Amino acid sequence: MTVETTTAGILALIAVMTLVTLVTRFGGAFLMSFVTINPRIESFINTMASSVLIAIIVPMAFSGDAGSLAALVVTAVIMLATKKPLPAIAAGIAVAGLVRYAGVTGL
Amino acid sequence: MNASTYPYRLQPDKVRVEFFRLLPISLFVVAFGAAFGLAATQKGLEPLQAILMSATVFAGASQFAAVDMWGSEVSLIPLIAVVFAINSRHLLMGASLYPMLRDLPPGRRYGLLLLLTDANWAVSAQEYQSGRRNLEVILGGGLVLWLAWIVGTWLGVYFGGLLQDPKSLGLDMVLGCFLLAMALGGSKSPRTLVAWTVAAVSSLAAWKWLPPNTHVVVGALAGGAIGFFWLEKKPDSENEDGGEEVGST
Repeated sequence: MTVETTTAGILALIAVMTLVTLVTRFGGAFLMSFVTINPRIESFINTMASSVLIAIIVPMAFSGDAGSLAALVVTAVIMLATKKPLPAIAAGIAVAGLVRYAGVTGL
Repeated sequence: MNASTYPYRLQPDKVRVEFFRLLPISLFVVAFGAAFGLAATQKGLEPLQAILMSATVFAGASQFAAVDMWGSEVSLIPLIAVVFAINSRHLLMGASLYPMLRDLPPGRRYGLLLLLTDANWAVSAQEYQSGRRNLEVILGGGLVLWLAWIVGTWLGVYFGGLLQDPKSLGLDMVLGCFLLAMALGGSKSPRTLVAWTVAAVSSLAAWKWLPPNTHVVVGALAGGAIGFFWLEKKPDSENEDGGEEVGST
């Protein structure tokens, strides 16, 4: 099933994307309203929450170029050393730019 | 009656503080938005259509993926599948906020979730782990991120040439570095470290062998399973169930 990208078609596609995204935004909280929150569920939720971050970042580090890997490593080191997010993030971004400027492409 | 059913009170002052707290990261979101606006117009979307998409969908990675599938025709089912898969992490993010969200009336609860995105969720989830309840960042932070995403898209569709290569400035790594800093700022108990290892290994395995865009959900659920089976006794966190808000009303 295809939709032609006429003006009406594009508006329909945007509406579909909005709806699908809305389902994902509302769905988690909606489903949880049927679950009794006991210590075990609470523990699941908390571990799952920080695992979301790891599950986003680790494949990003492995699939990216040397610049993205360097950015994540530098952010991690500075964050662990200083506990200050903004300097850690800024240094990470700067290192990604520098590594790419220096032309390091492979790992 | 209502006050005791829904004890969480959103504080307008704190919403404002969180708006300005996420302003720096939002400036980088403007750059991403510009990259999206440029990509969208190159794929044949009208400027207003690209801006409309950013305003209503407000989920960058899935928007990039969608315009990648653009042509004279777009297949509907693959589009829905890709958008759902990339955004399915919202399901877990929303679920993780539920212990706080259930203390809001349903209208406000789902109103807040309209603005749920990676950065404001990461702040809220991390503070919740340290015993602080912060839904204001979802609203205030979400608002500034949403505005930045729209302004960025607008800049990209009209002045796309200004930012030809955001990667060369490292701008593609802003969100990754931000999320990593949030993760490392949280508690690092042995249980968390085991969960992270499991999450890392399973997300990599899913990324390699499972259908595209499933790795976040797979990794997060695998990490969550550790928490489900390994309960940790934390005497200092037992009083974080929101009792104080009830008492103050």
